[in-house]
Amino acid sequence: MSRQPYIRQMSKTTWYMRNQRYKVYVLRELTSFLVAFYTFLTIFALATLASDSPDRWNAFLASQQGMGMIIFHALALLYFLFFQTFPWFKLAPKAMPVQIGEKKLADSYIIIGHYVVWVVVSAFVLWLAGAF
Amino acid sequence: MGTRTLELEVMRYDPEKDKVPWFQTYSVPCNEDWVILDAINYVKDNLDTTLAYRWSCHMMVCGSCGMMINGEPSLTCKTFVRDLPDKVRVEPLENFPIERDLVVVLDDVMQKLHKVQPYIIRKDDPPPHDKEYIQSRGALAKFKQLTMCINCMCCYSACPQYGLNKDFIGPAALALAHRYNRDSRDQGKSDRLDILADHDGVWDCSFVGACSEVCPKHVDPAAAIQQMKVDGAMEFWKQKMGMPGDKS
Repeated sequence: MSRQPYIRQMSKTTWYMRNQRYKVYVLRELTSFLVAFYTFLTIFALATLASDSPDRWNAFLASQQGMGMIIFHALALLYFLFFQTFPWFKLAPKAMPVQIGEKKLADSYIIIGHYVVWVVVSAFVLWLAGAF
Repeated sequence: MGTRTLELEVMRYDPEKDKVPWFQTYSVPCNEDWVILDAINYVKDNLDTTLAYRWSCHMMVCGSCGMMINGEPSLTCKTFVRDLPDKVRVEPLENFPIERDLVVVLDDVMQKLHKVQPYIIRKDDPPPHDKEYIQSRGALAKFKQLTMCINCMCCYSACPQYGLNKDFIGPAALALAHRYNRDSRDQGKSDRLDILADHDGVWDCSFVGACSEVCPKHVDPAAAIQQMKVDGAMEFWKQKMGMPGDKS
């Protein structure tokens, strides 16, 4: 009897169509486009500030206040929340388990801890920005 | 006890006759308390003796009977007929070459399991033969979950990274490495570091998390790999800052 194993190749272009789990994963990874966008936007904003020109800074602010940009930022925020923040906070206990004595700390403490830090940091940034 | 007829679509491949695998359908009268392995055994015993597949314990211990059941890698001894529709498709585990019918070639993962040095490594002298290494229950709890792996390879079958890149060490072998790295009796973390921190080690994992979702023993290889990434990053910074690390 001869061995002749049959090899099933995974398609490099359509592999994520195999199941729902892969599709959700790819959706999550696609948000890296938005991460890049916000990184460039922040760098651009800082460069505008550093140029020491109030006109250019005000023009930048105005460009972000059009209805189209507001809708874009709102959708991006929702996308970040549902595909980045919520899933990653849920997964956080996997990467950083805490063991006290013989018992593992319940995942919920680590997840809630992340949300608390998130709220505190957000409030600090808003305070720096003069929101309150 | 109620019975119902299951339409079992089984992937067949005979290396001496077939160019490509094909599906054969069997009508199997099943009891509601049967698992899919019972249905496959019924086929072998009553309908078609040529069907090739692996199984041994029928109780989630041996890890031999992992197959794709309606596209999901699972142990056939754990998957109940009552939880499935009347039509069930059984295929060999994805991401592995098919040896024959439902039997896959596991040589690659066997080599990978060996590669991560899954045994206790000691740098100092071993204790006298009449003594043992002391380990507290707390120290045992740090890795006990990882010892539950039965090498069924469902995780490799679920992992798209392994599907796309066969050099990736993969979930079970990395979880096994982590099991020994976390063992208080082991001193071999530095020996494993080069393999684990290599391009095909933990950093090839993009945290799809499918391995942990399909694991029948709740080993959670995805968590083990993320923890190793944290360990690896800490080690990198320790070396950068000239602090003594595992590699010293």
